[in-house]
Amino acid sequence: MAKYGDIGKARQTSRQARRIYDFVKPPEIDSGAITHFPVVIAGGGPIGLASAIDLARYGIRSVVLEKYNTVSDGSRAICWAKRTLEILDRIGTSGRMMEKGVVWNQGWVYFGEETEPVYKFDLLPDKEQKFPAFINLQQFYAEEYLIDLFPQYPQTGIRWQNELTDVVNDTDKVIVTVNTPAGEYRLSCDYLIAADGHRSPAREALGLDFIGRVFEDNFLIADVRMKADFPAIRRFWFDPPFNPGQTSLIHKQADDVWRIDFQMGWDIDREEVMKEENIDAKIRAFLGSDLEFEYEWVSLYTFKCCRMEKFVHGRTIFAGDSAHLVSPFGARGANGGLQDVDNLAWKLHLVLTGAAPPHLINSYDDERILGAEENVMNSSRSTDFMTPKSEVSLAFRNATLELAKDFEFARRFVNPGRLSTPSVLDGSPLNTPDEDEFSDRQRPGAPCLDAPVYINGADAWFLNQLGSRFVGIYFSGDGSAPAELDAVGSGQIPVDTLIVTEAGNGGKHILDKNGLLHRHYDARPGTYYLVRPDQHVAGRWRKFNRVKVTNALARATGLAG
Amino acid sequence: MSLRTELGVADPDDFYARLIELHEGLTTEQSHKVNAKVILMLANHVGDTDVLYEVLDYVEKDLGSDV
Ligand SMILES: Cc1cc2nc3c(=O)[nH]c(=O)nc-3n(C[C@H](O)[C@H](O)[C@H](O)COP(=O)(O)OP(=O)(O)OC[C@H]3O[C@@H](n4cnc5c(N)ncnc54)[C@H](O)[C@@H]3O)c2cc1C
Repeated sequence: MAKYGDIGKARQTSRQARRIYDFVKPPEIDSGAITHFPVVIAGGGPIGLASAIDLARYGIRSVVLEKYNTVSDGSRAICWAKRTLEILDRIGTSGRMMEKGVVWNQGWVYFGEETEPVYKFDLLPDKEQKFPAFINLQQFYAEEYLIDLFPQYPQTGIRWQNELTDVVNDTDKVIVTVNTPAGEYRLSCDYLIAADGHRSPAREALGLDFIGRVFEDNFLIADVRMKADFPAIRRFWFDPPFNPGQTSLIHKQADDVWRIDFQMGWDIDREEVMKEENIDAKIRAFLGSDLEFEYEWVSLYTFKCCRMEKFVHGRTIFAGDSAHLVSPFGARGANGGLQDVDNLAWKLHLVLTGAAPPHLINSYDDERILGAEENVMNSSRSTDFMTPKSEVSLAFRNATLELAKDFEFARRFVNPGRLSTPSVLDGSPLNTPDEDEFSDRQRPGAPCLDAPVYINGADAWFLNQLGSRFVGIYFSGDGSAPAELDAVGSGQIPVDTLIVTEAGNGGKHILDKNGLLHRHYDARPGTYYLVRPDQHVAGRWRKFNRVKVTNALARATGLAG
Repeated sequence: MSLRTELGVADPDDFYARLIELHEGLTTEQSHKVNAKVILMLANHVGDTDVLYEVLDYVEKDLGSDV
């Protein structure tokens, strides 16, 4: 049975084998006990799995309940963004993702019969970064790599074929009912992370729903296996001869698999479209008749863009597709969901250890609703451009594309998908607004930008020095630093001090190799940044002031507002 | 060429979305009139006839290459 049969009508003729995991009878079925976990995670998709590992790294115990006994099947996420790779670098799977994935930074856009792109874009404006703008990799690999980390973390585990069927969301705990092939049992937890996908049984159990649902067109999505020397570039067509009046896309994945999308229009006969000879004809028209290929997976999807009104409901917290859903053209689904994980794990850690008050969790709502709104808006706009909803909208769209051949400005209006970018948490209650003059780029709420650095005589990356705890970055001209720097933070919420220098060999300090840090962070000797465990800026000052930094830390952890 | 062709609008996606929204629910006739008003107002704002004729000439020539 297809795991996602309900979102895409799937035709499968050949497919890579997915790993199967064994069902183990949970001890509670015989004992009848209600075991308590600090965190129960419903759903073993990328978001649930990453949540469990991130929490375990903070020392927080959890269990993942997954309805099926395998990883993602069907044609799902392929594009993993730079920020996601940075998050996974902290979590521990970026190395394998990079090894297997196909690196790409560019998108090319075609219009009509023209064989030359009307527009090319580069998604990595900042060079000298550890990670590229994107890699492409089948979603099931990303999941398998996370699953492979579990044996290293005794704080967590996955219970396969354990289906969450009910949620009682009390003020002091959550009780979940779980159904398995060996019977039913219950667990209790301080917090339930509902990462159970777009259909979210947890959402349903709480009587909640999505708001602002926008339906998108029908798309035929084929993953085909072939030896082709096409470039590893996201190539996108408006109104191509092989799919007139519609859009198409081709993009390379690992293992010589290619993702091909055909927009199909609204009025289609779904049975007809999915007939093998009709799919064949579409793909042949695109690729030519002489290329040999095999189908890996073919689905017919309609997409939706929507989100829940709030993600935090008492002790139940929604993350990933259960909380927000987007069409895939901005690659904002899993990439957005992993930003949820990054945002939530450290907050749960501080709250569950008593270092921060429970209402710190509410800031997850403030910050991730902002991110979800951005993702929903961008994805809806892209689909509006791809599927103009009226005659006049189509006229503007085609006019834009025609002008794009001649004019730079028009190329910037062309919207073939605005791909996932990290969200800047502007307006978050955890930010301490600037009181000194700084450039905008690394303002409070922004995720820290990477840079090549030099530490203890070796090359390193700046972002690898940050994360998983609060960090104070002190920019020092000559390596000297005020003794007071070490006086911020507490036993429960420590702040690690990092000293960045401009010259010299650095020693144990961080040498800003190419001056990128100073430039991007608009730093001068004396500049101080307070950075959160998710590598977002909490506050910054031209001159270190213990009281101000201490207040900002309190603000960033919900201890003061 | 005095016509500015690099990006001048701060947020093209915002502007484009607003433009399309403007036409939501309008008949074709209404849309034509809305567009005409937008063009006339912007033309008046630009004022510079060199620029305006450059635009008209470009569009006219482009139309020629279509047929
Ligand atoms: C065609 C397509 C292309 C896409 N491309 C991209 C892309 O390029 N980049 C990108 O970032 N995103 C992309 N996405 C989106 C991406 O696949 C999702 O955003 C992502 O899978 C969300 O992860 P999740 O863990 O929240 O949910 P899911 O992956 O849906 O995982 C939810 C899990 O919960 C389990 N579950 C469900 N009910 C229960 C229950 N009652 N009890 C226990 N477990 C349960 C499910 O079996 C599943 O394993 C694409 C999606 C599609 C369809």
